[in-house]
Amino acid sequence: MNAEELYETMRKVQEPKGYYFNRDRERVFELLEALLLNKKRYGYPGCPCRLLCGDREKDRDIICPCVYSVADIAEYGSCYCNLYVSREWNEGKIPRVYVPERRPPEKMTF
Amino acid sequence: MTEPDPKPAAGEKTTPPVKIYSLSTCSHCKATKKLLGECTVQYEFVDVDLLEGEERRAIIEDVKKFNPRCSFPTVIIGDKVIVGYKEKEIKEALGLE
Repeated sequence: MNAEELYETMRKVQEPKGYYFNRDRERVFELLEALLLNKKRYGYPGCPCRLLCGDREKDRDIICPCVYSVADIAEYGSCYCNLYVSREWNEGKIPRVYVPERRPPEKMTF
Repeated sequence: MTEPDPKPAAGEKTTPPVKIYSLSTCSHCKATKKLLGECTVQYEFVDVDLLEGEERRAIIEDVKKFNPRCSFPTVIIGDKVIVGYKEKEIKEALGLE
């Protein structure tokens, strides 16, 4: 699968849930390429903005879209990476703040 | 011990040493490197995801000393630690704002 195909596949799954790709296509495709690279490296599409440990089970919570993205998009309008965002975030109706790491430190086993 | 750098000429601006602990895949890390490049600031960086074995373990311990959550980028500017791509804080620490 290439980045364009991944984009279309994920868009169809995520948009009905109210999660949109960031309108910054350059940023989005950079992240999608990184996800494909992580899949090739580790066997799973782990979050490009976090250090992966290489063990799929231990990194299950940060396989994209990560489990923290729901709470992050609800609170900040964006996931940790600025890959998935809300419609309001894309339209500039809410302030774009840096999304802090929500993953609990005890989960970081690298 | 190495000799300290000669003092800058009057009016010449210097920036403190800058080091970035980053991931090769991370968009915030890329944005941080780009910002420093645009500000013509020299910096060192290490992409932690590309390290292996003992070197990786040692660098992770270093990152945790500055940022116990070990998130990326962790930016060290002089004696300041900035976690994440925070343009304003980075520029302030560099004395550019």
